[in-house]
Amino acid sequence: MSKNLVELLADLNEDEALNLIESKIEDGTNPRDILEDTKEAMQIIGSRFEEGEYFLPELILSGEMINDIMEIIKPHLVDDGEEDEKLGTIVLGTVKGDIHDIGKDIVAFMLDINGFEVHDIGVDAPIQKFIDKIEEVDPDIVALSGFLTTVFDTMKDTIEAIKDAGLRDDVKIMIGGGPIDEQITEYTGADDFGDDAMEAVALAKKWMGE
Amino acid sequence: MMNLTDNWNELTPDEKFEARFESLKAAEGVEFVNEEIEEKYKATVQRLKDVIELKQPDRVPIAPNIGFYPAEYAGITAEEAMYDYDKLGMAWEEFNQDFDFDFLVSTAMIGPGPVFETLDYQLYRWPGHGTEPDTSYQCVEDEYMKADEYDALIADPSGFWMRNYLPRIFGSLAPWSQLGPFTDLVELPFVGPSMFPVGLPDVQEAFEKYLEAGREALEWIQATGEIDGKTTATQGVPGFLGGVTKAPFDVLSDTLRGTQPLMIDMFRRPEKIHEAMEQIVPIMIETGIRGATANNNPMVFIPLHKGADSFMSREQFQEFYWPTLKQVILGLVEEGCVPFLFVEGAYNKRLDLIADPELPEGRTYWLFDKTDMVEAKKHLSGKAAIGGNVSASLIKTGTPKEVKDYVKDLMENVADDGGFILSTGVVVDDAEPENLKAMIEAAKEYGVY
Repeated sequence: MSKNLVELLADLNEDEALNLIESKIEDGTNPRDILEDTKEAMQIIGSRFEEGEYFLPELILSGEMINDIMEIIKPHLVDDGEEDEKLGTIVLGTVKGDIHDIGKDIVAFMLDINGFEVHDIGVDAPIQKFIDKIEEVDPDIVALSGFLTTVFDTMKDTIEAIKDAGLRDDVKIMIGGGPIDEQITEYTGADDFGDDAMEAVALAKKWMGE
Repeated sequence: MMNLTDNWNELTPDEKFEARFESLKAAEGVEFVNEEIEEKYKATVQRLKDVIELKQPDRVPIAPNIGFYPAEYAGITAEEAMYDYDKLGMAWEEFNQDFDFDFLVSTAMIGPGPVFETLDYQLYRWPGHGTEPDTSYQCVEDEYMKADEYDALIADPSGFWMRNYLPRIFGSLAPWSQLGPFTDLVELPFVGPSMFPVGLPDVQEAFEKYLEAGREALEWIQATGEIDGKTTATQGVPGFLGGVTKAPFDVLSDTLRGTQPLMIDMFRRPEKIHEAMEQIVPIMIETGIRGATANNNPMVFIPLHKGADSFMSREQFQEFYWPTLKQVILGLVEEGCVPFLFVEGAYNKRLDLIADPELPEGRTYWLFDKTDMVEAKKHLSGKAAIGGNVSASLIKTGTPKEVKDYVKDLMENVADDGGFILSTGVVVDDAEPENLKAMIEAAKEYGVY
């Protein structure tokens, strides 16, 4: 028996999965069903990543596969106003002075496939940009990323500014990136830190009471 | 510059290793301020050589990884350090004097701002040009090589670099994409047609910029050579680096394709990655050796990026990362050089793999960042020198007592029988000076054998 779409996607059989999607579209399958399968596959991929069976390359490829799938099914999707319920809202960005994006992007991706609404404000993000976004979307969690050793102070300043703006009590703050550890968490006044994307997801779920 | 002996090609790798360290120790052309300083210099070279050979030195060498921190320490910006070589000299001289590490904290890694500006460098942002005046330079990854260009790279790496890669990373050299490869110049009828693109006005302008950048680079290297030379002569501190090279996978990932596109290539065109890496191996070996010889120092720095625990699996490391890196290591050792491998991030899940029995013992140095040092010691003991790993967070936000305790712990549990260099786990751009001083004091207090 041939594998179903969820299995093909979860096993990263890229060509076969895309061919199957194309023929499903031709056969008149509802693109919403394909989206559902994709989502289910991404959750499997996410848990394989968490279990150490998949690594970053698999995750990156699956992200690329989502783009390809969306390109195929987008023209056939009708907006039915259906919105998924989200676990929580997160504002995330790499702090001012630092343009590293790989870690931040992976965290955003993992949070997204785990059901969070992620607002990614990009790299080299000025303090005010965080404040503005927090005021705009009223997040549950703010996530600060940084790779350089000079970000310790920038993170600290960013968190202080969030406090000064009277927003600190409304959000949990996590930090992450190459040199970030417990000591820096204390130094910056964040609530916690994560060593990798899985820890970010675990923290976010914990904070949302999941 | 190290003068290779006439019979160089007949020497064994061990003899070349000895010759390179002899030459470093001889420090020809350096006029030390007094005999005591010269003795200090020689003792430090010997200390390093002992550690590399896994012998017990007089004490643990102290060689932290310092980035832009001397600028902050001396009260200048990172931008000034890259543009004003007088200020660069003052700052680095002050830093070297005040801290007195065993080895030179060199000005060479800071880089010449004017050269980057003239070339309109796109691969990096640097202080005042995309990053804040007081922040280090940072790489801007992109697909500088496209997915369908592997064959062009494999067929002619130099040609690819000149006509495809350089025009993309240096805005000023964009017109070079119109040039033909040098290999067109074979017989008389080829010369005219091959040369005419050089005459095109925009290509001419690109060459003008190229020449200008060359003049600026010469100015820079004279300035930094003078600064570093003076520090070595007055403080008796040998350099810690000769050459620099990279793991072939990182050349593809950092330099050419970008991290994420290359990860996708691992699934879509793995055989092309392997073919390209095989081509890059001899180039990376040669680059490292040339630097070691030019700078008269056998240490060849290899910063390791995309093979870390968090970037790929053990299997992927074994398939994609390690085989060609190993070839580079072996090629350098063959020429008497000491590969200095800087493991950024962690290698906790692959320490057994780098403890490869095919690598010669006592010829490499592994500097660790977040890798468990006791485990590293366990795996590499008797095989390779290791170093590390005082963290940036400790240096910046800890107390001198905490730093001392950490160093003491390293001395007792990792450095106990030699083969160890005390260093920071990351490149330090920001620090508290008393913590750096505590690191030195602790090494001198607890690191004596």
